[in-house]
Amino acid sequence: MSVNLLKLKIDGVEVSVPEGTMILKAAKDNGIIIPTLCNLEGLAPYGGCRLCLVEISGSPKLFPACITPVGPNMEITTNSDRLKEYRKMVVQMLLAERTHICSVCVANDHCELQAMANQLGVDHVMFERKFTQEPIDSTHDFLVIDRNRCILCTRCIRICDQIEGVHTLDLKLRGKDSEVIMDLDEHWANSCSCTSCRKCAKVCPVGAIYIEGEPIGHTKNKEIAAFIRDRRNRR
Amino acid sequence: MVKQGREGNKIYISPVTRIEGHAQVTILLNDDDTVKDALFKVVDFRGFEKFTEGRPFYEMPAITSRACGICPVSHLLASAKACDAIVGINPPQTAIMLRRLMHMGQMIQSHALNFFHLSSPDLLLGMDSDPTKRNIMGIIEKDPELAMRGIKLRKFGQEIIEKVAGKKIHSADWILPGGAKWPLTKERADFLRASLPEALDSAQKTLELYKGLLGGLEEEVENFGNFPSYYMGLVSPNGGIEHYDGTLRIKDQCGNVAAECVDPTKYRDFIGEAIEPWSFMKFPYFKSMGYPGGAYRVGPLARLNVASHCGTPLADEEFKEFKKLGKNGVVQSTFHYHYARLIELLFCVENAQRLLEDPAILSEHVTSKALVNNYEGVGVAEAPRGTLIHHYKVDPQGMITWNNMIIATEHNNIAYNKAITQVAKKYVKARELQEGMLNRVEAVIRAFDPCLSCATHAVGQMPLDVQLVDSSGKLVDRKIR
Repeated sequence: MSVNLLKLKIDGVEVSVPEGTMILKAAKDNGIIIPTLCNLEGLAPYGGCRLCLVEISGSPKLFPACITPVGPNMEITTNSDRLKEYRKMVVQMLLAERTHICSVCVANDHCELQAMANQLGVDHVMFERKFTQEPIDSTHDFLVIDRNRCILCTRCIRICDQIEGVHTLDLKLRGKDSEVIMDLDEHWANSCSCTSCRKCAKVCPVGAIYIEGEPIGHTKNKEIAAFIRDRRNRR
Repeated sequence: MVKQGREGNKIYISPVTRIEGHAQVTILLNDDDTVKDALFKVVDFRGFEKFTEGRPFYEMPAITSRACGICPVSHLLASAKACDAIVGINPPQTAIMLRRLMHMGQMIQSHALNFFHLSSPDLLLGMDSDPTKRNIMGIIEKDPELAMRGIKLRKFGQEIIEKVAGKKIHSADWILPGGAKWPLTKERADFLRASLPEALDSAQKTLELYKGLLGGLEEEVENFGNFPSYYMGLVSPNGGIEHYDGTLRIKDQCGNVAAECVDPTKYRDFIGEAIEPWSFMKFPYFKSMGYPGGAYRVGPLARLNVASHCGTPLADEEFKEFKKLGKNGVVQSTFHYHYARLIELLFCVENAQRLLEDPAILSEHVTSKALVNNYEGVGVAEAPRGTLIHHYKVDPQGMITWNNMIIATEHNNIAYNKAITQVAKKYVKARELQEGMLNRVEAVIRAFDPCLSCATHAVGQMPLDVQLVDSSGKLVDRKIR
């Protein structure tokens, strides 16, 4: 099967990538890293965090790079001043939306949101912080979910559905009220579909889902989805 | 509820500044201008007991240790011990040794901080010396070698904490209910062992220096919080000084054991907690004597008073000498906190050496795993400033439902007020506050080494507010620094 290669420019650099590739992947393959929190290799893209927004010449709109496929002769800008400002604002909104206190968080020093804030130079939050106080569900033998730290990236939901194949986790409600739930909004211990596979904890970018008593640096594994998918495809 | 302004014969001014560790002293006068009473007010509110409700118990060491940047390790240990009790297991022996070693580091750095940075300016430069020079910079100017010794000793303490637990301050990642997350490597232990001889030498030299000064400080010894009270501290099974485990012992002024709390979870049978409307700091008291008659003191002086020995050769020699200062081995003067602190500093360096020389400290088995088995846990440890108690209750999922913390500094609360009243009665004679008098009030507070930034002897502004109030409640004079 022949692959149709498209020629385009990313940040002024001429590249050629296979048709159908998403901009985020095309940029990465050519050494340009676009910030993202929800995207994870091995999982279907979701376009939720809006950190990977890019500019495409000819359009006043911004496009999420993870779900926008490349087109012929596109001229893409990934790091303009406007984008930098927007990204900082997105991180601030994430930090303000719920309760994020790094110093006492299990994910301190292993948190992608924290690292992103550092990388983008977010040194304050201009929005009023909500400091939500949702009860923590630690009914499961070893998995714990603290929804106050959730950034709604849905990595856990996607890996549970697409890799583990049980779809225990899903979202309820809309917008800022959205919450990750188990089955029909059960306590985790009462979920009949959960296989306790721990994949959700491995891909959670923050400290929302974790394994009780295990150093979070041991738990996290960003490559797990791509690794399993790759092994499966070999069969 | 915080009030502002005058009400009857009392004046509330609060909060004075951004109070993290700020104190306020109010002196009440009789009609004839003599001192009636003095109040040590802590107008700070932290709220740890309330806002931790609903958090998982295993987050408690990380959260509660944020109560203090000077002695976070003591909070970590008291909290971890309470969590050990909730999971209902004994940590592996090496984990306990490492926790103890880390605690020695904490004691060394905190005691060195108090003596060299906070108290030595009063002792070496004089109570009435120029306030602009009466700080660590003045000490550096007068005796650079001594200042360097203090800074290095403190660094050694901090390095122990860092090598054991990864960070010098707030190293909460390392501790785990039921043990610790990683063992001590040989390289790190060797690094610490190499620093021991210098630390031991420093601790001994400092103690000699202080003993040399004592002769000229008789008036201070006599008048700085020199009163009878109860004393509380942990002791080892054979009655020796103890900082991590053991039983809680309360001794009276005559040296008799007034109570021995073998099971620290029963601390509430011995300790009551009173509150006063003018302070956010609780007033713990010895229950069988009531409030305020059951005033007791904690910290280095109390630990040496309740113990029968130290347990390390050099410290034991000093301990015997120290005990001669009081009747029946009970030393009353608050001023001798300094002396007791330096003996303890020596003990801690020796004890750190003993722990580091034990090959078992390098064992890799430091973690044990367990879920919630008990719904209540109490952890008691000796912080540099005295007995620290953390008491948690959890639901079946391990979420905190109730939290009671008695911070070391609080135990001394009744004693602070007694001590500053005694100093004020001795030194305040007229309706005019003198700087030297102000400094003596501070100095007696400093001797206790409370965990308030007012004791920082800060270069520049000192956040202390002294008010002189006559019998009608009128503010006569006020000095804010």
